[in-house]
Amino acid sequence: MELDFSTLVPYAGELVQGFVTTVVLTAISTLAGLGLASLVAYVRSGKASLLGRMLGGYVEVTRNTPFIVQLFFLFFGLSALGFKISALFAAFLAMTLNLGAYSAEILRAGIEATDRGQLEAARALGMSRLQSYRHVVLIPAFARIYPALTSQCIIVMLGSAVVSQISVFDLTYAANFIQSRNFRGFEVYLVVTLIYLLLAVGMRQAFGFVGRRAFAFRQGGNA
Amino acid sequence: MIEFTLWDIVRNLLLAARWTIVLSLIAFAGGATLGMLLTLLRLSSLKPLRLLASVYVDLFQGTPLLMQLFLAFFGAAALGFDVSAWTAASVALTLFTSAFLCDIWRGCVEAVPSGQWQASRVLGMNYMQSMRHIILPQALRLSVPPTVGFSVQVIKGTALASVIGFVELTKAGTMLNNAAFAPFTIFALVALVYFALCYPLSCYARHLERKLYGSGIR
Repeated sequence: MELDFSTLVPYAGELVQGFVTTVVLTAISTLAGLGLASLVAYVRSGKASLLGRMLGGYVEVTRNTPFIVQLFFLFFGLSALGFKISALFAAFLAMTLNLGAYSAEILRAGIEATDRGQLEAARALGMSRLQSYRHVVLIPAFARIYPALTSQCIIVMLGSAVVSQISVFDLTYAANFIQSRNFRGFEVYLVVTLIYLLLAVGMRQAFGFVGRRAFAFRQGGNA
Repeated sequence: MIEFTLWDIVRNLLLAARWTIVLSLIAFAGGATLGMLLTLLRLSSLKPLRLLASVYVDLFQGTPLLMQLFLAFFGAAALGFDVSAWTAASVALTLFTSAFLCDIWRGCVEAVPSGQWQASRVLGMNYMQSMRHIILPQALRLSVPPTVGFSVQVIKGTALASVIGFVELTKAGTMLNNAAFAPFTIFALVALVYFALCYPLSCYARHLERKLYGSGIR
């Protein structure tokens, strides 16, 4: 057979729409997921509590079940219970919860590496509990685990291909849509796979760019 | 319309879970074999071979598993091969697994302190001999916990085979839901079965990790 990419040209609009959805969905669920992870890691790194144990359960359940099942459960399961949510919101929720669980675990490792003396010093200097948590524990922990976090966010972006299955018009949905019109499955999937690859490379660059600025205090340091 | 009791649902899900397990085993066995070859290429002293392996790993780690499945399924069809969902899912998951295992194992070999290399070279061993007698045995110890941990990702990865029509646990869940329409119960049960498969492996990986780092040999 011969590859023919020209049949893709009329569908450039769909590809752009799918691309934008994937990028926006990834961006907002990355932000929300990292916020959630900070909260979960904060609670779980403190004294043992009922809330801490419940959050531990959430982390374990999320890490040990497939994303597609989480997505179906949120989208189909919750709407059957009467909580009507749109496919787009279900996708956002599933991606946020997924990233939240994984990065809470990564973040906890970073937090546990904090020197207790530093925390005591911060309190002795008159910082409040929240202030010292933010400046002495959380931000240095983020700096330590930043590479692992970058990989996890990229994994969530790639995993977001699954949201096409609840008919969110993302990049993969666009691929399926085009494939069903021009019957050129192989070409379409090849091009879209390449776009995902470029997106992953781009994300790694962007995270590196942000990281070098946000954690400039670490450069030349030994933390 | 057929009435489904809770037991009917559970029974059908458990029957379908067999195929999740079989597919996971195929992907893991195939992925480990191919991954071992790739790791050797990745650690080879020849630059083109190293490059080949690292491009392979980057390609599979940088693209969605779902796309890899679509390409294996529709791509092979477009090239004139008539592949079943079984074949496509096995091939795609094997390739995906091999890329991640190669990356994990390369990391383990590199984690062996460089003094070990220097010592074995000083003792007159060549590259292959030092690799075989000194480096690999130590790397093997380091590699067990992350490899067990990754097997969880393989099991979860098989859920995507449902999208190309492979009837395993997730597909059985959607099919049952289409007939019985009880999405909350059904998908909760599906999740529970995955959890029952994955959680023991996660705990075991964590246990192995503690044992390894607790033993003082690193």
